[in-house]
Amino acid sequence: MSAGSDQARGWGFAAPALLWTMAFFVVPFVVMGAMSLATLDGRTLVWGLHLDNYAELASKAYLARAIFVSLEITLTVTVVSILLAYPLAWIIAFRVPQRWQRLALLLAILPFWTSYVVRSYAWLLVLAREGVVNQTMLGLGLISEPLTLANTRFATVTGFVHFFVMLLTLTIYANLVQLSPNYRRAAMDLGASAFQTFRHVILPLTLPGIMTGAFLTFVLCIGDYITPQILGGNTELTVPQVIMVQLGRRADFPLAAALAIVLMGIVTLAYLAMARWLRLDRL
Amino acid sequence: MRHVLPWAYGLAAFAFIYLPVGALVLFSFQDGSLPVPPFEGPSLRWYADVLGDDDLVAALLHSLTVALGSAAVAVALGFGAAYGLARHHLPGSAVLRGLLIAPLTVSYLIVGLGLLIVVQRVGLGLSLWTAGIGHVVINLPLCFAIIYASMGAHQQNAERAARDLGADEARVVLLVTIPMLAPAILAAFFLSVMLSWDEFIIAFLLTRFDVTLPVEIWSMLRSGLSPRLNAIGSLVFLVSVAGILVIEFTLFRRRRP
Repeated sequence: MSAGSDQARGWGFAAPALLWTMAFFVVPFVVMGAMSLATLDGRTLVWGLHLDNYAELASKAYLARAIFVSLEITLTVTVVSILLAYPLAWIIAFRVPQRWQRLALLLAILPFWTSYVVRSYAWLLVLAREGVVNQTMLGLGLISEPLTLANTRFATVTGFVHFFVMLLTLTIYANLVQLSPNYRRAAMDLGASAFQTFRHVILPLTLPGIMTGAFLTFVLCIGDYITPQILGGNTELTVPQVIMVQLGRRADFPLAAALAIVLMGIVTLAYLAMARWLRLDRL
Repeated sequence: MRHVLPWAYGLAAFAFIYLPVGALVLFSFQDGSLPVPPFEGPSLRWYADVLGDDDLVAALLHSLTVALGSAAVAVALGFGAAYGLARHHLPGSAVLRGLLIAPLTVSYLIVGLGLLIVVQRVGLGLSLWTAGIGHVVINLPLCFAIIYASMGAHQQNAERAARDLGADEARVVLLVTIPMLAPAILAAFFLSVMLSWDEFIIAFLLTRFDVTLPVEIWSMLRSGLSPRLNAIGSLVFLVSVAGILVIEFTLFRRRRP
């Protein structure tokens, strides 16, 4: 087989996927970028190289506020999820007998696969004013008035944390079981306490797993519309919620596109900040 | 104490993880009209109600169609790309791999928004087709990555042997490569089916009259808590669990040949 025909066949196999990605991902992305530089004159779209939409992000308080809210929620969720997931991954990796580990992990992340609309609804069921928590506590006489749990940032964060604890448990567990037990033994033999072993040996070695999970959490959390919309209500808007408002009521596609580009920019910055720990190919 | 603490934590974590799903499923069997304590039942009336609802059943069938169709296309394209890039020397293959993986790094919302803008510019109508196209975009990188990662030297030797024995490329692919990669191909297929089945935002942006199940559930949500939502949500969860068990088994088969 000559090199030329080898290449031609290779292209033949790869071309459909490449063309699909170009047509339905790259082209839309470029058009969206161009759209973010267009403006609306009344209802008509004016293409061009305007920075009006980006200027609006800086000048309109509710837009800047949305970026701030999104970042706050995302960072809170990422940190809390790591803190809750690490011990769980640890327990599954080191306390659960080997033959049950796979089952324990499967069970720990099974609800991860609930549709995210359904999962958010399920949390609403738990946290609503007439929901499971309030009804149970009222029934037991622990409270006399229902607590406001839903339609708050607390509800949004809870819904997110629930999802990402499962994701992070998976990535951290995968990292923990790859560690040779010799590292721990060596540290102990050299006189390190359990805490010192963790702090100076295990934690640095599991940093890639933590960071991979943290990055995925960051990306998925900051781009999600459903969870803040269902659980947070409209008390404060995140960037995806503002994008959806632009698309729906106001039909302001250029501003929505600009917000999407900003969202991408934030994710890119997060990636660059965490790149040296990320091993996305080893997922 | 040292022994109790981990188990207590594990138990609390599992309680947290299963609290919403547990409440969802339990109160789908509620006999009353509010899915909250006290529990009255069990009753299957809301399941009967949901399965008798034409809109919901139509949405469920739409979701299945889009999930199976988009997964089949994503796997076929992903396999082609993986085979083309792993078995043939293409110039700039690192760039091509990066291009194929790129949609993974972008929020679904942004993928959907970009497609929506283009579809509107071109003047194409929104339908289940446009949602399916969007789902192929998000699943193709996963299918490509999973299948590409499982194309090892082991298969390549078998392919060479088949070629030396006179098989043409089509036969090699159909009779050697695909059967040997079947677990990875199946895993990629079922993962794509599940992600499409659950996907909301792209389906929401890119459909209009015929909608998928998550979009239909979303529109039901406006009227607040209802045992009907519990029933349909439980059914959706059941399908997802079935999917994950199928993946678990197909992957297991690969580990223990």
